[in-house]
Amino acid sequence: MRRWRIGLVVVAVGLLLAGCGVAHERSARSVVPDTPVGLPVGSRLTLPLTTLDPDRQVLHVLSRLAYGPRPGDVERVRAMGLAAWIERQLEPERIPDELVERRLGAYPTLRMTTAELFQEFPRPDPAASTRRREAMLSGEAPMRDAMAGEAGLGGPPRIATELAAARLERAVWSERQLEEVLVDFWFNHFNVFAGKDAVRWMVSAYEREAIRPHALGRFRDLVLATARHPAMLFYLDNWMSVRDGLIVPSGPNQGQRRGLNENYARELLELHTLGVDGGYTQADIVETARAFTGWSIDYQGTRQFLYRPGAHDDGEKRVLGHALPAGGGEGDGLAVIDIVTRHPATARTIATKLARRFVSDQPPLAVVDRVARAYRDTDGHVRAMMRALVTAPEFWSEAAWNAKLKKPLELVASAARALDARPGSEIGRRSAGFHLARATSRLGEPLFYAQPPTGHPDTAEAWMNTGTLLARLNFAVALAHNRLPGVRVDLEGLLGDADRRRPEAVLDRLLAVTLHGQVSARTRETLIAQLHDAAGVRRTAGGQGAADTDVGNLAALVLGSPDFQRR
Amino acid sequence: MSGYVRRSFVKGGALALCGLATGTGIPRFLVRSAYAGPTRRRPKVLVAVFQRGAVDGLGMIPPHGDAAYYAARPSIAIRPPAAGTPETALDLDGFFALHPALEPLKPLWDARQLAIVHACGSPHPTRSHFDAQDYMETGTPGVKTTRDGWLARGLLARAATAASPFRAVAVGPQLPRALRGDAGALAMQTLRDFDLGVDGSGTGSGMDARRAFEALYASRGQDVIHGTGRETFAAVKMLKAADPQRFEPAHGARYPRTDFGEKLRQVAQLIKADVGLEVAFVDIEGWDTHAGQGNERGQLANRLADFARGLRALALDLGDRMEDVVVLSMSEFGRTVRENGNLGTDHGRATAMLVLGGPVRGGRVYGRWPGLAPEQLFEGRDLEVTTDFRQLFTEVAWHHLGVPNQANVFPGFAPSSETLPGVLMSGRVS
Repeated sequence: MRRWRIGLVVVAVGLLLAGCGVAHERSARSVVPDTPVGLPVGSRLTLPLTTLDPDRQVLHVLSRLAYGPRPGDVERVRAMGLAAWIERQLEPERIPDELVERRLGAYPTLRMTTAELFQEFPRPDPAASTRRREAMLSGEAPMRDAMAGEAGLGGPPRIATELAAARLERAVWSERQLEEVLVDFWFNHFNVFAGKDAVRWMVSAYEREAIRPHALGRFRDLVLATARHPAMLFYLDNWMSVRDGLIVPSGPNQGQRRGLNENYARELLELHTLGVDGGYTQADIVETARAFTGWSIDYQGTRQFLYRPGAHDDGEKRVLGHALPAGGGEGDGLAVIDIVTRHPATARTIATKLARRFVSDQPPLAVVDRVARAYRDTDGHVRAMMRALVTAPEFWSEAAWNAKLKKPLELVASAARALDARPGSEIGRRSAGFHLARATSRLGEPLFYAQPPTGHPDTAEAWMNTGTLLARLNFAVALAHNRLPGVRVDLEGLLGDADRRRPEAVLDRLLAVTLHGQVSARTRETLIAQLHDAAGVRRTAGGQGAADTDVGNLAALVLGSPDFQRR
Repeated sequence: MSGYVRRSFVKGGALALCGLATGTGIPRFLVRSAYAGPTRRRPKVLVAVFQRGAVDGLGMIPPHGDAAYYAARPSIAIRPPAAGTPETALDLDGFFALHPALEPLKPLWDARQLAIVHACGSPHPTRSHFDAQDYMETGTPGVKTTRDGWLARGLLARAATAASPFRAVAVGPQLPRALRGDAGALAMQTLRDFDLGVDGSGTGSGMDARRAFEALYASRGQDVIHGTGRETFAAVKMLKAADPQRFEPAHGARYPRTDFGEKLRQVAQLIKADVGLEVAFVDIEGWDTHAGQGNERGQLANRLADFARGLRALALDLGDRMEDVVVLSMSEFGRTVRENGNLGTDHGRATAMLVLGGPVRGGRVYGRWPGLAPEQLFEGRDLEVTTDFRQLFTEVAWHHLGVPNQANVFPGFAPSSETLPGVLMSGRVS
């Protein structure tokens, strides 16, 4: 079998970068300097040999480290060189991203603090909430539809609705693609549920402050930032966890007895770090919970993290064999974070999850070992783990090619990118992001509304079933026929000079644009058979003249094909 | 009417098969029914309700006769029964009671259609939601490599009543692990959206695009995508013919306008439309009450109100059809006996499961009560499991769904008729 060297073209990136923008926004990008200051010229990444041919190498990278190729992306990456493109994605702060930043201006809640959001979107009157719940339970009121976003336009649900819309806009139009993929990955790893009471107001700050800044940073910083964030403290109840037997000194609950809450401690060990088989015991969970007592929220004031010394259990603790001497105070939690993030089980858990996301649902042990080693060697640096991952032979193997089923967010974003969808000028109810997020929700992945702390799953078995397949096909039809409000696709433009009177030419052009020729023989044969059927051909008005190709239907069939469901 | 509808399904199935003649990929449900053969019998239906997040069995079915219950829960215990006093526990047998929010289920208890299995749970002591849910759904506690679910294995082990892709349906965006496997279960979010919206381009080519999509998925691909696709198109056709949405809730039933209520309403529609449904699977979330659980009112009470009103509406709506229906509630584990420092409860061991329906020997609480005194607790903190959930699930599989006793529904577990709880009429006489 022929083996290819990856990324042979190692070039100075200067001029090529200028060509990497969204094609239709090229004029807006001319203000960008050709060579961002300090960007390394050439590449430090050495990619392994692979049997994937150069075309597939590029597509593989664009569908794993990005939300799929837009028209022209394959050529741009090839010209730049794979290794250089990956290097660039590993340093997102150096990539100009003005188009999407301008778009995000339409979502004001993204820039507001949690305290400001509580002011802007006051908590509904509790009596009214009770009345509404009673009406729902008795079958009298209409259903609440916050998750689909209908009710999410006014009132507190608007916060998560705008955040989801922004996520989709970034997934489709941001140049910092790998960062977006990792923000989604880490959010699900450290999931919070926007449907749980106060989290509704905190979820936007959570993504902005705890997840996004560390997406390619240190794992320990992610653990620390999430552990101290009000959204996580509230979601997993740690803000109320206090030393056992504490008598509430004042306030409405004065004189009542309070104590430990194990919720955060358990998920920290089970999900965030060691993993369920990571070797901890129930006693470790209790000791961990003791260590984090007092890590709380200034709930009535700033709505920010607040350490409450009076609530902390200052006794000696023992976590995973490490002694924490008495009197550690707020430092006890920091000590536990050090212990768990340096634990080899954590390296393995994080490596396995990354490999599952970027390689395959059941990743080979070799790639897990390699990424885990990178974790241990660098004290958990995400960028180093990603470098280990993309330089692993397993990442470039035939077994990894097209091995992942796109989850709903990936399907929606990659379809919009494949057809070079453009956002309309509408904002709010009609914005592109809003409607793309709603489509994602219909496909089964309501962003920020995964209730369990595992977040949305990352394997095929969770995402492929009859109901969601229909939703995928319906989304393909809506997008291709320009029936998704706020989003416009220009199929005529994509087809260029392909002869509309020759359906096969139109089909081949569509397959080239969306699947870059990587289509199974059977899918192509089936599609060609449709061309001679009415599905692919539109009769002209009054049956005059030669039949015209039904481009919308054909595009919908391609986006709805089994081939497009994989990445 | 129902006879006509059923015949149209058999026809729909044959049509689907013709449509697939180009490939060898035949939907799994048709492969199965090829040797099953048609029958006229109305299928027994199991409605499995998973209370995800670990329901507090001691709040749902309070053991008011156990003095240790009130000692362990100074703030969140349910007030003992006091006839005529609102917001007190509803006595069942002098020892156990219903949470007052379960009041809609009391008439079903009185009519002996509701049984409770208390101190029920998994032999595996994990307190991880996700492992415990997986173990309960695969039916193999402690074994993580089991790829299919207990309900899928149960369905595979017995002949289908009718050839239908609706034999096993999960209402929700995902197929639960209990139904994953080779039984060809399907998931649907809503009946309304379970269609291909291809028309509307104004060209009249909608039906042709539908056929084109079907052709794309009809090929012989053996992966999850192709398999799902073949079943999807067969199901869409049959659903169109059956039109279950024409069935309005009957007998004055009013489903709560909640996720759970909407799901149950659609389960009832599928049952009434005679689409060959044998297992329906419905999730209800929000049971992980670590803080502010509440007592007669509050967080748990609100979830229980949704749960009870939904089940009550289902039973009312189905009327006589409940003779063929068993509702089985389950949850991955129970919660700590003592309330925690935040007036909530942490992850525990045993919980209570409800069995509801015509075939149920109801009006009884089943299982040995291990007691709540500190020395009686598992690891000094949790209600001990005295009924392995597999005993209860086995009884439902054998005596309701008709799964043959020799089928290996719970690998590594050897139940016998003598050890089953006896909650069903057709089961062991106790």
